Amino acid sequence: MKRIIVNEEYCIGCRLCEIYCLTQHSQSKKIIKAFKEEVPRALARVVVEEEGPLSFAMQCRHCEDAPCVAACITGAMHRDERTGAVLCDEERCVGCWTCVMVCPFGAVLRNTSGRKAASKCDLCYGEEMPVCVAHCPNEALVYEERA
Amino acid sequence: MHYVIIGNSAAAIGAIEAIRRHDPENPITVVADEPHHVYSRPLISYLLGGMVDEGRMDYRPRDFYTRQRVETMLGVRVTQVNPTTQSLMLADGRTLSYDRLLIATGGRPFVPPTPGVELEGVFTFTSLDDARRIARYIEQYQARSALIVGGGLIGLKTAEALMARAMRVVIVELADRILSMTFDHTASKLAESFLRRAGADVRTGLTIKEIVAREGHVGHAILQSDERVECDLVVFAIGVRPNVGLIPPEAGIRINRGIVVNRRMQTSVPTIYAAGDCAEGYDMLLGENRPIAIWPNAYRQGYVAGCNMAGVEREDEGGLPMNAVEVCGVPTISVGLAGLPNGNGYEVMERYDRETSAYRRLVLLDNRLVGATCIGNVDRAGIYTGLIRDHINIAPFKNHLLAGNFGLISLPREYRKQLVVGEGIEM
Amino acid sequence: MSYNLLTAEFQIERNEARCIACQVCVRQCANQVHRYDPDDDWVTSDETLCVGCHRCATLCPTHALTIRRTQQEFRANANWTSGIINNVYKQAETGGVLLAGMGCDQPYRIYFDHLLLNASQVTNPSIDPLREPMELRTTIGRKPERVQVTRDEDGVRLETRLSPHLVLETPILFSAMSYGSISYNACLSLARAAKQCGIFYNTGEGGLHPTLYEYGPWTIAQVASGRFGVHSEYLKTAAALEIKIGQGAKPGIGGHLPGEKVTADVSRTRMIPEGTDALSPAPHHDIYSIEDLRQLIYALKEATNYEKPVGVKVAAVHNIAPIASGIARAGADYIAIDGLRGGTGAAPTVIRNNVGIPIELAIAAVDERLRQEGIRNQVSLIAAGSIRSSADVVKAIALGADAVYIATAALVAMGCHLCQKCYTGKCNWGIATQNPYLIKRLNPNIGTRRLVNLVRAWSLEIKEMLGGMGINAIESLRGNRDHLRGVGLNEVELETLGVKAAGEA
Repeated sequence: MKRIIVNEEYCIGCRLCEIYCLTQHSQSKKIIKAFKEEVPRALARVVVEEEGPLSFAMQCRHCEDAPCVAACITGAMHRDERTGAVLCDEERCVGCWTCVMVCPFGAVLRNTSGRKAASKCDLCYGEEMPVCVAHCPNEALVYEERA
Repeated sequence: MHYVIIGNSAAAIGAIEAIRRHDPENPITVVADEPHHVYSRPLISYLLGGMVDEGRMDYRPRDFYTRQRVETMLGVRVTQVNPTTQSLMLADGRTLSYDRLLIATGGRPFVPPTPGVELEGVFTFTSLDDARRIARYIEQYQARSALIVGGGLIGLKTAEALMARAMRVVIVELADRILSMTFDHTASKLAESFLRRAGADVRTGLTIKEIVAREGHVGHAILQSDERVECDLVVFAIGVRPNVGLIPPEAGIRINRGIVVNRRMQTSVPTIYAAGDCAEGYDMLLGENRPIAIWPNAYRQGYVAGCNMAGVEREDEGGLPMNAVEVCGVPTISVGLAGLPNGNGYEVMERYDRETSAYRRLVLLDNRLVGATCIGNVDRAGIYTGLIRDHINIAPFKNHLLAGNFGLISLPREYRKQLVVGEGIEM
Repeated sequence: MSYNLLTAEFQIERNEARCIACQVCVRQCANQVHRYDPDDDWVTSDETLCVGCHRCATLCPTHALTIRRTQQEFRANANWTSGIINNVYKQAETGGVLLAGMGCDQPYRIYFDHLLLNASQVTNPSIDPLREPMELRTTIGRKPERVQVTRDEDGVRLETRLSPHLVLETPILFSAMSYGSISYNACLSLARAAKQCGIFYNTGEGGLHPTLYEYGPWTIAQVASGRFGVHSEYLKTAAALEIKIGQGAKPGIGGHLPGEKVTADVSRTRMIPEGTDALSPAPHHDIYSIEDLRQLIYALKEATNYEKPVGVKVAAVHNIAPIASGIARAGADYIAIDGLRGGTGAAPTVIRNNVGIPIELAIAAVDERLRQEGIRNQVSLIAAGSIRSSADVVKAIALGADAVYIATAALVAMGCHLCQKCYTGKCNWGIATQNPYLIKRLNPNIGTRRLVNLVRAWSLEIKEMLGGMGINAIESLRGNRDHLRGVGLNEVELETLGVKAAGEA
């Protein structure tokens, strides 16, 4: 299955990936509304880490044997049969943060605005290509199959 | 090939999912004394507290057993396991044969012999039925106050559930601090402060001596100090013991504190496996077997057992003690040997932010992380878990570990590249 | 002084209805123009620092930013323009030499824009490049006086020994841009694109980075007056060598790389100390006459066993024609002539804008002179100095060039916005900088792709234009002035160019 690959050599730390991820997961999916009107503001599921000139975006790796799926106490974390992505059913999630505890990438975020739930990358379920990849200005994020 | 699983919780589901991944055909039968569809046991305190309703208790969808082609015998108790005949004796007199057996019977709550323990209104709290019983009792008697014996994780979750029902709660803990098995002194004190702020009464260094009746059910309790505590309800939350009563001594299955298993989750009888709270599996930090009674551990062990039962050899990399729990709205996470003090080769690093009450504490051995505690700021705590699991030498980035922007960026580049771009990881 | 006489060159218009305070502009501006105010949750801009590179406007996700030239006007004065006035203010302030990047931006006549091409109608049928073969392949090097062949039953065999040549798939090469003036990723993009297009790129005077040696067969190694990075491996790896006497942006003076851009890696490649200004002297220390040049040309040929063409690059100045004649007779295999509009990473503005002559006139003059002397075949001519489109390429070749060097166009293809601040080392597009934060901005995968696209697009257009003229090989166009007509040019200009006026048959 295609995964998002991060090339830290080309990341310029602009954080456009965070902006578009937030927009994609907002109610209106329109960037100006999502930022200026929606309260609470949606949560971006990709985090850009930065240290000096080094930076890169990090989001869920959709692991083969995902520790979050195995550890989830409610079964909210599950693997989607159709796409192979690891998804969190935020309706079932109770916000216990066990997934936060076991993810070695720190890719699960705590969404505490509104209902408490674990939020993470869902490969922009339903879209052809994740929006972070589509909008990365320097092609630091690519979407491809790797052996 | 007939697979039989005793138990219907996390370990059982892990085993079913593993077996079916490799063997879609051969029959699987689940025998369990609880009559319920598999439910998320850790959610029972949420249920009692009203944070979830019964509809959200299912751990897997209702059609799980049908889709996985599993036959279920729910509400049926196994009285004996007979390895020689490879069969089980059931409470209703029937027998059930197996080719591969998984014992996933979980734990049994421990109740110390206390005068008054048989009174109505005295509970343990480890099952869905317990949650229903306690709720019914509270309704019936309009219970106002509760005494919780045990300041560990279950005790705290119980306390929170009852406080959510507007009850007055007193917690009594024998050790000098609550959560003594999970946290160090500072973290325990912080947790205690959250509880007090929420209105709970926390007493340490004490335990219960006697429960006294009023009008046929619990009226008050007397502590070791002879102090009298008014309560309508007592919950014992001291701990669980592996549930191994169904294994006769002559079965030849080695039992220590729990059922001893090798790295393939096999007991001393090769066709019998064990997983979950009833088992004593490999602890990767201590390098030896010991029971780790937590949900993620049970699922993983069940999964590994299932693989091996289906003929796919797989070694368990081992478990880690770990807990993610919110104490009165403050998230906490602890992994590994989180509470160990400085000394004996163990090095402690800690950072406390007074303004936000955020606390992080790390325990290191030979420059490898062996324990981590996060209170308040638990974001991305899993990165510590990864470092503990992979036994990474943290010397090159030691002073980044507690930094505000600690993340994958602090790790050595080669390790990060392998971690991020490599294949999917195992639990 | 507590106040600044200088007017801010640009105004930043921020559409507040669209600005979402995402701070992409804040993060991306190397000149720190934009600032986020957390108390008011909005972004403000200090236009006095803006250089007009458009990085912020391009990346803004809601297109909330527009950069405009400041309309604050002096009284209308055709003589004392605002640019000239501001330059005097700057010099009164600093007492320093004004520097600029890129090429001359003054409104001198652009001869390319006054030359028009022919097309076939009726008498000479045009050729459809999609249906018939069209040869753009170009060879750079000394052509023999005559060709001797022998014929036998196996066919025809060439007896004449040919000088070494460069073979280009299209008459375009990437001009000299040194590692140091541009980033490593930019160099890598040029090298890869040269390889993919079957053309060549030029190292400039920065030496050759060891990791680029694999692109040796597509590299022209420059030997400039500072001799930066020149050692035997450097000479052996390249496909051709080029002695740099001068460049169009700054004829008569040497190169200048400010110390900020001499990082550890640059210092290693150039073989100079880190952090020091890299100054190339004006003359080569061993070339003070044409005879010295001949000596160096042959020294390089000896050093490389006569296997590689050795060219000479000069700036187009007043007596470029006799200079070129002398260079041809000195044994050069090609002459690269860089016109007034040629670009640079850093040059004194006054030299960049006032010294040299336009390439169109230079090429025409040199081509004509060499033909008159009967030595045109002894050198190839490469025209440089603001070749902006495929039309400029065709016109330059029609005026007499064998091929063209492009540099500014290549940088623009990679994202350059011609803000002319290359010498500050703060190129927001990751091209003319060594700053570790900024060099990441040019992804060589993207840079290579864009360069290849540009060369391909121009090649297709050249084929279209050639086909229209009824020509099917680029060499038929070389020096073929009859395919050009001038508009709006006076008699002297027409004569220098060797071109008739439009309307003349």
